[in-house]
Amino acid sequence: MKQRVYRILSAACLPALLLGACAEVKPWQKGDLARPEMAFDGDALAARLAQHIYFSKENASGGYGVGGGGCGCN
Amino acid sequence: MQPRKSGATLLAALALGVAAYCSDAGAAAVGQGAPEFELPGAGGAVRLSALRGKVVYVDFWASWCSPCKQSFPWLNEMQARYGAQGLEIVGINVDARRSDADQFLLQVPARFKLAFDARGDTPSRYAAKGMPTSFLIGRDGTIVATHVGFRVDDKGRFEEEIRRALGVN
Repeated sequence: MKQRVYRILSAACLPALLLGACAEVKPWQKGDLARPEMAFDGDALAARLAQHIYFSKENASGGYGVGGGGCGCN
Repeated sequence: MQPRKSGATLLAALALGVAAYCSDAGAAAVGQGAPEFELPGAGGAVRLSALRGKVVYVDFWASWCSPCKQSFPWLNEMQARYGAQGLEIVGINVDARRSDADQFLLQVPARFKLAFDARGDTPSRYAAKGMPTSFLIGRDGTIVATHVGFRVDDKGRFEEEIRRALGVN
């Protein structure tokens, strides 16, 4: 019986151990994340160009629009 | 004890643990009393209970939040227009670094009460959902309205809520 209580208690405490690293960022804690250097794409124009080349050369359509023929002219 | 039943108990305990870990207890909501705070301000300490009897508009803002920047001229306007009728706007800054807030205030002046909470204890107790989040607190200390975000289109509606809380028609 005692063993069972221990097992249930440890099951209840398990999420706290497992989720320990999954810290939730609260809305007021996003100061550093909001900085420009934290963006995935540093420069908007460079990102746009890279995107264009990617979808033209790779003919990868999903998500970015229509795939190109490889000429980079669309 | 059959293994199946004990498994279900374990699962329930696990779910309880997850719920306890993720719960957001004590959120401030419309109709409830506004949680008390005492914070350092631009001109001395700012305490909510000291403003009892006034209509208090608590606005959580940060220097990196652009809707906050848009809201400041409107907040200044509201403070100027309804200050005499008993409106007190309290802008609680949540920047981790005070210098960021000071930099912001140089660009966007605030003509209302300011308070600083770098630790984020107050927005946590109010359970602010986004930036900015504001709470309109009636003369009796009860929250009468709350908004997340600021859009220019919302100005009229927010002002109407302030007027209603003040009893101005």
